[in-house]
Amino acid sequence: MTQSSIYAPEFARLVDVRPLTELEKLFTIELPDGRSLGHDPGQFVMVSIPGVGEAPISITSSPSRSNGTFELCVRRVGDVTNALHRMKPGDYVGIRGPFGHGFPIEQMRGKDLLFAPGGLGLAPLRSLINQVLDERGSFGRVIILYGAKRPAELLFRDELEEWAARDDVEFHVTVDRGDESWDGHIGVITTLFPLITVDPRNTVAVTCGPPIMYRFVIMEMLGKGIPETQIYLSLERRMKCGVGKCGHCQINDLYCCKEGPVFTYAQIKNVPEAL
Amino acid sequence: MRLRILPKEEVPRMVQALMEDYRVVGPKAKGPKFVFEPIVDPAEMRLDYNITILPPKVALQPPQERVAKIDLEGEVPQTDPLIEAEPTVIFGAHTCDIHALRLLDRAFAADYPDNHYLKRRQETLIISLECLEPCDEHSFCKDMGTLTADEGYDLHLTDIGDAYTVHIGTEAGEALLERCANTRAATDDDVRRLNEVLSAKWPRFTHRLNFDAAELPALLATAYEHPIWAELGERCLSCGSCTNVCPTCYCFNMLDTVSLTLKEALRIRRWDSCQLDEFARVAGGENFREARAARQRHRFFRKGKWLRERFDTTGCVGCGRCIRACLVNINIVEVFNTIHGSA
Repeated sequence: MTQSSIYAPEFARLVDVRPLTELEKLFTIELPDGRSLGHDPGQFVMVSIPGVGEAPISITSSPSRSNGTFELCVRRVGDVTNALHRMKPGDYVGIRGPFGHGFPIEQMRGKDLLFAPGGLGLAPLRSLINQVLDERGSFGRVIILYGAKRPAELLFRDELEEWAARDDVEFHVTVDRGDESWDGHIGVITTLFPLITVDPRNTVAVTCGPPIMYRFVIMEMLGKGIPETQIYLSLERRMKCGVGKCGHCQINDLYCCKEGPVFTYAQIKNVPEAL
Repeated sequence: MRLRILPKEEVPRMVQALMEDYRVVGPKAKGPKFVFEPIVDPAEMRLDYNITILPPKVALQPPQERVAKIDLEGEVPQTDPLIEAEPTVIFGAHTCDIHALRLLDRAFAADYPDNHYLKRRQETLIISLECLEPCDEHSFCKDMGTLTADEGYDLHLTDIGDAYTVHIGTEAGEALLERCANTRAATDDDVRRLNEVLSAKWPRFTHRLNFDAAELPALLATAYEHPIWAELGERCLSCGSCTNVCPTCYCFNMLDTVSLTLKEALRIRRWDSCQLDEFARVAGGENFREARAARQRHRFFRKGKWLRERFDTTGCVGCGRCIRACLVNINIVEVFNTIHGSA
């Protein structure tokens, strides 16, 4: 029997650390020997710092833009993420993964895509969005509805501007509360849905955001007539192993780390703890 | 049937011989109760025990174990997996605990093999012991189908008076027996005594569930909103005793520590409990199973439905340890019977 351990991290080098907002930084990470992470959009890695701990973080970079590195967009909110925010290029972090079921991009080809990320929920969706944009010809319409609490909390501003400028992306952004710098839409993310029309049978919808958001966004998607099997969401849970053993991420009888973190609405609509 | 006879006076010699080559984990007295612990002196083995505080899973998934060491001295930290297994014999496990190990075997092997458990399991031989009397009023093994076992052991002992019959379950068990024990062939009289003992034991165990345990998954499927969860939530202290003593609970936490010299870090795995408040809480503050009622429900659904559906073996073996350990007398038999009564 092999002496390997599914819990032993491999150490990878931070090659770039870039602040995105007051709370979020973008970490670019390089695996040893220039190896590719080999992830699907929507998967996550377990990130650890020796002596501090380990946390699940979704991969925000697209597999189509790997260049031997991958990116994590991390909010400093707990022990691990605060320690990570203090690290510099050249430092090493422990990585395990990629883990979990990501977005089934093959089933999305030829379809119109409606993305509705809220806040930090843009991080996992950005992986998919950028892959779709890199293979733009394989997909129908691309609609992105993005909501954040305040203008200062908008992530990836340069990419948002790029998406807004593209003719082949329908991009709408809103903030819950504006400020003097903001002349755009104000309101929660659901207030963007009346701005768009979709061909429901041919549309795949994808959302991720704070727990409170899902019910309302899914209601809007269902209201557009999009079938439950074509609504994908990525869920956050506490995780200690990432491989379906430790029990922390259970959503009733589902292991979020293994059966998820990406689920269809049809899969979880009768799972009471999911939303 | 491959059957040998182990005279009782040979048992200490067998244990002594096993101790030469193995860590022997067996039942020992601890105050008025019993525990599974490494045997130091064959005389301390108590095969007459009724039930242990913790199940023999302690020998396979210890309450705390090191899973990786990280060398921090170089520029790049180096991880060294720690697969810490030693040749072990679990001696005297009751059949309920044997059924529980089948679930752990499947859980740790599924999808991503957990070599910490699996290597230890591979290095472990199991000598089980047939129960002839109920442990006490709390066991309900007969309901859960764990009052006997057809597999899951290397050797299986049954007390027939002045000797044990030894049923050989595996070749490894047979080799162990040949090497470490003075046994003799079973005579017709031994087989007759064995059959008598086995026939006599069943009536001593009573059914305590008011229904067939095979109905549990279907029964719980209708009981998600049952008022009993709120009631249990009011009583439960969230101490985690029930999960700590459960032979089929295997959830764990990971801890990362660093040495005082900052030269070495350790990753440590420790038992955890879904009954504790912070079990499902994420760093952002959201607690996905905040109510004690929901945590209690989670435990009962795991034991009665979800584990069975996932691993195709019972998620509760009827040992009754959670009942004995509960500080506020939450009783799994009563819970299931209440739900059945109101279905």
